[in-house]
Amino acid sequence: MTLLVEALHLRKTFGETVAVEDVCLDVKAGEIFGLVGSDGAGKTTILRLLVGAMQPDRGQIEVCGYDISRNVEQARARLGYLSQKFSLYEDLSVLENIRFFAEVRGLAASEWLPRSMEILDFVGLAEFKDRRAGQLSGGMKQKLGLATAMVTRPTLLLLDEPTTGVDPVTRQDFWQMLIRLVSNSNDGNNGQQVSVIISTPYMDEAARCSRIGFMRAGNIVAGGTPAELRALLTGRVLELRGEPLFLLRKIAGEDKDVEDVQIFGDRLHLRIRSGTAKEVIRRLPRQVTSGQGRVAALGMVPAGLEDVFIALSESSHGGS
Amino acid sequence: MNSRLFSIIRKEFIQILRDPRTLMMILFIPVMQLFLLGYAATTDVKNVPLAVWDQSRSPESRKLLDAFRAADYFRIAYDVGSEDDIRELIESSDARAGLIIPPDYSQRLLDGDAQVAMVLDGSDSTVGATALSTARLIGQSHAAKLMQEQAARLGRSAGVEPPLEVRTQVWYNPDLVSAYFMIPGVIGMILFAITSILTATTIVRERERGTIEQLIVTPIRSWELVVGKLMPYVILSLFDTLVVLALGNLCFGVPVRGNLGLIITLSGLLLLSGLGIGLFASTIANTQQEAMLTTWMTLLPAIFLSGFLFPLEAMPAVLRWVSYLIPLRYYLVIIRSLMLKGVGAAALKSEIIPLAVFGIGIMTAAALRFRKRLD
Repeated sequence: MTLLVEALHLRKTFGETVAVEDVCLDVKAGEIFGLVGSDGAGKTTILRLLVGAMQPDRGQIEVCGYDISRNVEQARARLGYLSQKFSLYEDLSVLENIRFFAEVRGLAASEWLPRSMEILDFVGLAEFKDRRAGQLSGGMKQKLGLATAMVTRPTLLLLDEPTTGVDPVTRQDFWQMLIRLVSNSNDGNNGQQVSVIISTPYMDEAARCSRIGFMRAGNIVAGGTPAELRALLTGRVLELRGEPLFLLRKIAGEDKDVEDVQIFGDRLHLRIRSGTAKEVIRRLPRQVTSGQGRVAALGMVPAGLEDVFIALSESSHGGS
Repeated sequence: MNSRLFSIIRKEFIQILRDPRTLMMILFIPVMQLFLLGYAATTDVKNVPLAVWDQSRSPESRKLLDAFRAADYFRIAYDVGSEDDIRELIESSDARAGLIIPPDYSQRLLDGDAQVAMVLDGSDSTVGATALSTARLIGQSHAAKLMQEQAARLGRSAGVEPPLEVRTQVWYNPDLVSAYFMIPGVIGMILFAITSILTATTIVRERERGTIEQLIVTPIRSWELVVGKLMPYVILSLFDTLVVLALGNLCFGVPVRGNLGLIITLSGLLLLSGLGIGLFASTIANTQQEAMLTTWMTLLPAIFLSGFLFPLEAMPAVLRWVSYLIPLRYYLVIIRSLMLKGVGAAALKSEIIPLAVFGIGIMTAAALRFRKRLD
């Protein structure tokens, strides 16, 4: 499989702050690659480095086969980018925005209109084509951003937290669009395979990616398919239900084999040291009962990405 | 034509047309400045209100007052009865000057040693200075007239002519109308201010609103971005130049004696400096306010040290040296000479060259600083 993006040993500092440290990353054609991490982990900086909006202090980047430090414009002609902050012209209409970005990215005068209408249909903004971008709702703005990024049929789309601050229904729409985009292209759209790099703080979105890079403090601390990442915690997540919840939480938190307790609604997820599942399952209900509490269920469950994410984030504090 | 460049220019025009603030700056402010400076900022002193204490009340004193009336510089506004009255009127600024004619004026005139007193309000030095020299001139010519009359009465018609006469001739602006001086200056000021402020803000606005991030990742070249964004302002500024030239001619009678093509070409040369300063400011500033302030810092010295309002010849040497760094200084000499004297480019070599050097220099410096990047 061809590599669409290959970044090696990237480092970027802003004064004293190290934003990105020794990051390596590759994205294959036809993938949706998710950059997952909390705020300030360095997701935005990585995307900006990949599109050449910033220069790395160290490291090499190849995008669509072009070395960013030398042939950035050739690479840019093949990619679409949606920055985190809405950054289209609010005083231009939807169509004018798309037209502008289509033209400056090399779409011929005869092509831009049919292509723009097609893309507006795709994102569901066709009926708003004459509305000023500044008067669109947040979700519509993001769709317009996506539309302008896609209008030139890029082979690589980079989306920086496109769904942050967008309502759940629109988020759903947005993802359907992305998936359609990638799978359509895989069915042979001009023989081109579209790849997407998307940054997101949401685990449910991360789960939809082909591969994920978990970011923490400027590093990609773990990478792989969602299944591979979940496998990191196989046998290490227990689900505990019962009442009262605060008591369960207290007792579980004091157990020597329990590393972390998270509340998920009416249940607790316990992350335990590997190989201790049996002992914990035996030990905990007794302790709860003697504490006047009641255990409804306790058993091993498959780890969610959220569990993995929390585990990875924490190992930072203890120095793993 | 380069289609990317064309797209940027068209986009910029759409945005200008939809932004009332920018539109007003381009269309309204030049015209307002023209009329304000054309009418209000006139240094022509006329109709200075004069308070007269005529103690003589004789035919001779009335002749003197007629001489003042005829000169058009003074308006005899008050006829008072004491020196205190004059003081009061001048203190309240109702009168700017006072004339005191002694009771024995006609007698002393016969004796040949008559004196009148003129009091001037020096708190406004422009009016004071003009009134002073005008009053002296009126006095002298009236005295000369009296001598001739006396000589005529005595039967001696000749021989009393003064031995020297300076015959003055004012070229290009025979009536010394200050609008002739001001309006070419307004053109320079408008070209310079509009281009520098709008250039700086239009580029910083892209950064402030985050749109620069989208522009960066398009294949637009840096020069296309700069030229595309600046071109609309060049076109509009030159349009403003023509409007001010036309209005200056129609409403104030300021002649346009030079070649119009040359005026536009050399105005374009000033634009290079204005655009360069604006572009440079945009590489320093992060917000539109900062951009405004930065350009204002270059505009203020330009207003005061370019010869726009005050003659450079009267400035202390240090300030005159500073003025050599101000591109507007050269342009003002150029535009005034072109409009009023109708000279050709050859006569303006010593202004055109430094203006071009400054423009190319600042543009190069700004272009080198301008990066199509976020960091």
